[in-house]
Amino acid sequence: MKEEFIIEKPLIELEAKIKELKELSKNIKADFSEEIAKLEEKARKLTEEFYNNLSPWQIVKIARHPNRPQTLDYINHIFTSFLELHGDYVFADDPAIIGGLARFEGEPVMIVGHQKGKNTKENLKRNFGMPYPDGFRKAGRLMKLAEKFSLPIITFIDTPGAYPGIEAEERGQFSAIARNLFLMSSLATPIIVCVTGEGGSGGALGIALGDVVLMLEYAIYSVISPEGCASILWRDAKKAPEAAKSLKLTAKDLKEFGVIDEMVSEPIGGAHKDFITTAENLRVSIKKYLSILKNKPLKQLLLERYQKYRQIGKFIIN
Amino acid sequence: MEFNCNMEKELWVKCKCGDIIYNQDLVENFKICPKCGEYFAMTAWERLAQLLDEGSFSPFGEEVTSCDPLDFGEEYLLKLREDSTKTSLTEAIIVGEGTLNDMPLIVGVMDFHFRGGSMGSVVGERVTLAIEKAVEKRLPLLIVATSGGARMQEGILSLMQMAKTSLAVARLNEARLPYISILTNPTTAGVAASYASLADILIAEPKALIGFAGPRVIEQTIRQKLPPGFQRSEFFLSHGMIDMIVERPKLKETVYQLFSILLHK
Repeated sequence: MKEEFIIEKPLIELEAKIKELKELSKNIKADFSEEIAKLEEKARKLTEEFYNNLSPWQIVKIARHPNRPQTLDYINHIFTSFLELHGDYVFADDPAIIGGLARFEGEPVMIVGHQKGKNTKENLKRNFGMPYPDGFRKAGRLMKLAEKFSLPIITFIDTPGAYPGIEAEERGQFSAIARNLFLMSSLATPIIVCVTGEGGSGGALGIALGDVVLMLEYAIYSVISPEGCASILWRDAKKAPEAAKSLKLTAKDLKEFGVIDEMVSEPIGGAHKDFITTAENLRVSIKKYLSILKNKPLKQLLLERYQKYRQIGKFIIN
Repeated sequence: MEFNCNMEKELWVKCKCGDIIYNQDLVENFKICPKCGEYFAMTAWERLAQLLDEGSFSPFGEEVTSCDPLDFGEEYLLKLREDSTKTSLTEAIIVGEGTLNDMPLIVGVMDFHFRGGSMGSVVGERVTLAIEKAVEKRLPLLIVATSGGARMQEGILSLMQMAKTSLAVARLNEARLPYISILTNPTTAGVAASYASLADILIAEPKALIGFAGPRVIEQTIRQKLPPGFQRSEFFLSHGMIDMIVERPKLKETVYQLFSILLHK
């Protein structure tokens, strides 16, 4: 069994037992309804208890869950007439970042987001959602297009990080990310950021500077992976669970720090257990902020964007 | 203000080439080995002494200092205090106002000896203060960068300093004030991917390590050794990511010439 699944093991076992009992009652035509109801109640309670007491490391596991809904899932559910646009007009089309025109409840918008794969083959194609500079440059190109035609931008964040490879460095990974931050700083159109899965450091931030940052309850957002932090700090990647706690990378932590504007709740069990509810929750939040942002004069929008980030940080003044 | 450097108290310093150099000679030679040309890391104080007119520097933002926002613990706070004593700095960057060949400017100098030049809330705040001051006084900005990246012990807050400083650079850009960044060995990750590479002119010192991912991380990912010279200044110059490589002794004059032209002076 994959490591990601282990955290849900007791729940999976219980669900299997319920299923077995249901099938048995069908086959032998006996009435186990009372037992089934009891087990279902137990499963519900166990699930609720489990999800109310998740450790940061367990949240990391959920954020990385192979069945966790991805950017394209949200695009297909929340938006209509998505028209994907490809390429950075410089070097390549990076499948780890997707983008295009779409409608949100009829209103034209631009979407940009990281895209992981659903299986090994797709993941190899999409490089596990780890962009090359070409991906960031494509995102930048599309965002400029959005500004030109006054389209609000909605970005989806789900990446382990920017790809650390030879070609990525050759083509200026540092420069590509910095240029996007610079661009997004003064783009004269509303930007809503949705952190839906893994917010992996600079690779996440490269398309995540915005007027409003939403974050799903079991998404994570961090300067470094817990494994990376543990191996640097304690020279032992196995101490990742401790690092996950120290890094304060959950939506609740980030809300306290003022780094995100709203935590979007996920149903019990997480987004992969009930995608529709999750996507609907996200839609409601996007709708709310889109109408607020669209009604702001651009000058005020940009001033507030500056102020929003201007106040992030903690220090002592002597 | 006195330039004070107590970093290398030893009388003699040994270079990688085996040469043993009298420390005072090394400092007078811009911290370049007279025998093999190797660049030694400069302290922020040495940089300021080299680049600015004597006695012209007055720092600001010094009152902003680090705490431990994520509760990493006493060990982290102790390291901050140790580095502060070691470098005579209050954080990994010092910012202020000064003159270069009588040209007034805002300057920020990072120091790798302070927590590897890592950017936490204070570095982000001081860079922002420096840029805001440049806009307010309509002065050019010079930043000498060196950094391993974001400061891990400040977690997401340090990541957000990339956004904060980039927003500030965008303001400087709107005000059409020139900004020159000097990338020195090493400038990587969060600092390379934000304000340090958002200048109007990007200068690098020879052979400086520049990049997003560190070489060790890349080697672990691709499971092979990196070619010699990978991610060095010369590599990025040939790949079109920086404007020029300037040898240390010529930095001051080059920066002056560039600003003079950009400012029509």
